[in-house]
Amino acid sequence: MPSEQPVQAPSIAAPSSRTTPRRSQNLWRLRPYLRPHKWRLLIMFSTAILGVGVGLSVPLVTRAIIDGPVTRREIDLLLPLGLLALGLSISEVLLVWVRRWAQSRAVSDLEAALRNDLYIRLQALPMEFHNRWQSGQLLSRVTADLSTIRRFMGFGLLFLVINILQLVVVTVLLLRLYWPLGVVVLVAAAPIIVVSLQFEKKYLAISRLVQDQQGDLATRIEESAVGFRVIKAFGRREHVKQQFDDGAVKLYDTSVDKVRLSARFWTFLGVIPNLTLVIVLLLGALAVGREAITLGTLVAFITLMLSLIWPVSSLGTILAMAQEAMTSADRISEILDTESTITDGPDELVNPRGHLRFENVSFRFSPDSADVLHHIDLDLAPGTTLALVGATGSGKTTLTSLVPRLYDVTGGRITIDGHDVRDLTTRSLRSAVASAFDDPTLFSMSARENITLGRPEATEADVQQALEIAQATFANDLPWGLETRVGEQGMSLSGGQRQRLALARAVLARPSVLVLDDTLSALDVHTEALVEEALRNVLAETTGIVVAHRASTVMLADQVALLENGTITAVGTHQELLATVPAYRQLLAAEEEEVHA
Amino acid sequence: MTTTQQTPHHSPDDEPEEQNDSWRGYAEEGNDELSRATTVRLQKHSRKLLGELLRPYHKMIWLLVVIVLVENGARLAVPYLVSLGIDKGIPPIIASKHGLAGEGSQTLVTVVLVVFASALIQAFARQLFLMRSGRLGQTILLGLRRRVFDHFQRLSPSFHDKYTSGRVISRLTSDVDVIDEMLRTGFDGLVTALLTLVGTAVLLLVLDLQLGLIALLSFPALFMITRWFRRRSAIVYRRTREAVVLVIVHFVESMGGIRAVQAFRREPRNEEIFYDVNDKYREANLESFRINAIFMPSIKGVGNITIVAILAYGGWQAYHGHVTVGVLTAFLLYLRQFFEPLQDISQFYNTFLSASAALEKLSGVLNEKPDVAEPVKPAKPPAHTRGHLELRDVQFQYVDGVRVLPGLQLDVPAGQTLALVGTTGAGKTTIAKLVARFYDPTGGHVLLDGIDLRDLTEDDLRDRVVMVTQENFLFTGTVADNIRFGKPTATMDEIVDAAKVIGAHDFIMALPDGYETAVAKRGSRLSAGQRQLVAFARAFLADPAVLILDEATSSLDIPSERLIQRALRTILDDRTAIVIAHRLSTVETADRVIVLEHGRIIEDGAPSTLITTGGNYAGLHQAWEDSLA
Repeated sequence: MPSEQPVQAPSIAAPSSRTTPRRSQNLWRLRPYLRPHKWRLLIMFSTAILGVGVGLSVPLVTRAIIDGPVTRREIDLLLPLGLLALGLSISEVLLVWVRRWAQSRAVSDLEAALRNDLYIRLQALPMEFHNRWQSGQLLSRVTADLSTIRRFMGFGLLFLVINILQLVVVTVLLLRLYWPLGVVVLVAAAPIIVVSLQFEKKYLAISRLVQDQQGDLATRIEESAVGFRVIKAFGRREHVKQQFDDGAVKLYDTSVDKVRLSARFWTFLGVIPNLTLVIVLLLGALAVGREAITLGTLVAFITLMLSLIWPVSSLGTILAMAQEAMTSADRISEILDTESTITDGPDELVNPRGHLRFENVSFRFSPDSADVLHHIDLDLAPGTTLALVGATGSGKTTLTSLVPRLYDVTGGRITIDGHDVRDLTTRSLRSAVASAFDDPTLFSMSARENITLGRPEATEADVQQALEIAQATFANDLPWGLETRVGEQGMSLSGGQRQRLALARAVLARPSVLVLDDTLSALDVHTEALVEEALRNVLAETTGIVVAHRASTVMLADQVALLENGTITAVGTHQELLATVPAYRQLLAAEEEEVHA
Repeated sequence: MTTTQQTPHHSPDDEPEEQNDSWRGYAEEGNDELSRATTVRLQKHSRKLLGELLRPYHKMIWLLVVIVLVENGARLAVPYLVSLGIDKGIPPIIASKHGLAGEGSQTLVTVVLVVFASALIQAFARQLFLMRSGRLGQTILLGLRRRVFDHFQRLSPSFHDKYTSGRVISRLTSDVDVIDEMLRTGFDGLVTALLTLVGTAVLLLVLDLQLGLIALLSFPALFMITRWFRRRSAIVYRRTREAVVLVIVHFVESMGGIRAVQAFRREPRNEEIFYDVNDKYREANLESFRINAIFMPSIKGVGNITIVAILAYGGWQAYHGHVTVGVLTAFLLYLRQFFEPLQDISQFYNTFLSASAALEKLSGVLNEKPDVAEPVKPAKPPAHTRGHLELRDVQFQYVDGVRVLPGLQLDVPAGQTLALVGTTGAGKTTIAKLVARFYDPTGGHVLLDGIDLRDLTEDDLRDRVVMVTQENFLFTGTVADNIRFGKPTATMDEIVDAAKVIGAHDFIMALPDGYETAVAKRGSRLSAGQRQLVAFARAFLADPAVLILDEATSSLDIPSERLIQRALRTILDDRTAIVIAHRLSTVETADRVIVLEHGRIIEDGAPSTLITTGGNYAGLHQAWEDSLA
């Protein structure tokens, strides 16, 4: 949805001289993807050029047949000329076939290779990047934009060259056949080129508008689908329908404008050649009458002239295609040019014990925003568990995300066993740290694949043990057991079920640091108690950070840290904090007060 | 979106070639994976839908047919006129040697004028056709969009539960867009190609029977090639669609779940998987390009050979004087016009396939009947509903046959706050959804003030019963807009009051633009707790007689929950409420508690009494008290 681009792509209309060279450069820099296909490209271009030559010689043979065997009664020439025409025609077809065959492979490979590279690139980019970009925007880059580039590389570029060539050659031929008529055609072609260039500019603008409005409408649709139950619960069908209708009508109006624009253009494109034909026919007939040209020449002339329609009229389309391809290349370059700020350090973490320290850590999302976290000092000895308590929005989740380097600290440092996490390879760091998040993400894959995300080599026994701990053995009872597909495209699970699978995933990874970010919120009291009981054993062996909203979860931890306004204001046991820190009491003991009030 | 799912009967070893895909797991047969009978039925439905869409415009369609006939007539006349010019117009000029001034020039001038006229007629008709048909296409599209959107909104929540929002979105975006594309590009192309085909064939036969018959010899070849192309395309088209869906799903999920991907070092495995699905897509694409690479030159080949045959035979005939040079020229011009549109067919055939698939899916949706139907003869409830709820022998089972409620009797007097307690699957949410009429009971009655919910119109019901769930969805717009959603006619003061009562006012005022702060996509600028507060304010503003809270406070931190609980006391005071909560702190505030097990009421009473009776609830309460210690 172009209307929602967070990073403004340089727009086509921007006349700045600085952007222009960069734009073409972005397309140009994709050339390494063509390199493996250089022979195919060579074949494509040479067959295309030959094809033009052959195609143009057929009308000349026609002329020879009309002038020779028919008019001058040289019947002997009919057979050889006929065979020549046949040979030319068949070779034209073969050339087209060879060209398309080579082109098929080159463009499909090009597209797939680019898409693959973009995917690899995107996976490596940090959370900070992904927060800024909706996955829909990224998707349109690897689908629509890549198709645009593919079309231009496979079709546009080729025909840009071929059509210009054909234009020049045919014009020269026409001028040589009979120059006064050639001039007439030349004069007629000029307005077509001018108008089609203008048309493409307008058309592009209106197409953008249509796209934007389609995007807006899509947002409405998405909300109506995702928020369906809310709309239903409040009975606001008419209200939402009205909103949708406004968008749909706006889109209708713009689309009709677009239709009007293109209707005029295509009509214009059709009428000019016909009018030219009228003039050519008249003048040509007179010329034949004066015996300035033969009848065969006139026929050949008309045929050749008609063969000009496509190259002339498509010029505008192809140029627009080139512009779109450049824009697409820009959009892709935005991804290719983003450097991952989270890079591997030199050290491997061997046999981690899980000694986790935060040293004067601060964090902000962007350089010009305020600190979300500041002056965080924590020391978690191996095997201890810390509960993190704080009001909504106090930065608990952010704090836990810093450990596996989903974000990098902007001040201070975090160490594991004495290594700054930034000095470690991300692979070894992230094998040492596993997290279960508050919104459990399940992928449209088998339940097993989802659980073994962090440890693909896990044995069946390991998996069963993890399921046991997370109270997620229900997964065995799904229609295909653990091979059942879950996620958006598969079996739909309840929030609690998803949370338990995500917990099993984190437990299975056997990390030395386990982060549980409010993982139990969707469980009922009974299940929660069972999970907590089992977790106690797991947490005894690893260093743990547990984000907690409830007293029962806090009880899992040895120590509690209270997070207020982005910093740790108190550390101690639950009882200590309850006794000494009013803010803590307010957060966790509130329930008690309520009941006994 | 689920065309690719395997049928449930396949075991992993059934298809060894699928082993690379084992990561995908197995899933229910998707609604889109269809048996032959269903396909036939759907095709019938989609033809019916097409008919319904077009019927209101049949006059316009006939007009368009006339216009397009005129246009093509004018277009097809040109080569014939050229032949007349050459045969009848030129010889007199050659004979008279006087150019246009001479006697014989009359025919030529007439012919040229007629060519000129037909060029103008063609241009005019074409402009008219493109405009009218384009506008008609957009009108049909607008109608289709409205219809499908409205239908989705009318369908019951149980339909949406299984259909998923992703599919709703793709029906209304990509499927409609495909139909749009077909209307824009395919229609004109198809009509032109067909008319040219028929028109040219007739003209050729009229111009010269022998030459015409030779030209028609190409028809069987064209027919064979086109049939081959159609069959191959249909197969490859399907493969491409399946492949691209996999690519998109895998891509979107990887990027959407990037936090889990990175935290669990999933990247290398994902790269392997993506490489595979991407490569399958590449192969499918390659094959579809190659089919075109064969089809287009083949058509061209048939065309070229026909032209050469006409040229040679026509030249021979012209030598013998059986055919004039003009006719020969006309033939060459016609044949050129004849084969070009055929090549274009390959361009929009895929569009045509996508569009008919899309139409099938849309007609499938439009054929869904809401399980929760509007009453034929709606009962007129009193203007001031009191909120007396009654469940009489209510039974409910989900489609899969799992019985949730075996026959429930429950009477909730107006004004009472009732809390439902029980383990997952005890039927709490089902009761809530039955009262909100998201589902209808499979047996028994749910009555509001003595009227069966099935006899109330949707509007009347929703005015009186509002449900707030954990799903605190916020719409694009400002915070105020989102609260106003509860009562579109509300003034700003009412909105602020509602927020104040709920305790959302303070945090809203702390936002950059207060009530006018735009809520970012899916409300991500607000925390889960803040979103929930806005949702509460919305419900409060709606001022229903019956309020259902299904786990509505579970995402709040304790201070916010306490705020809400205070507010709830005021809010629930004068209305009937059903509260479902994990946290007993919320339950304790109710007038009455029901403990459910397997859809049966096992305990029923005021919370304070239930604690003392030593039953299930007392046990829960004790466990909870312990957890607070």
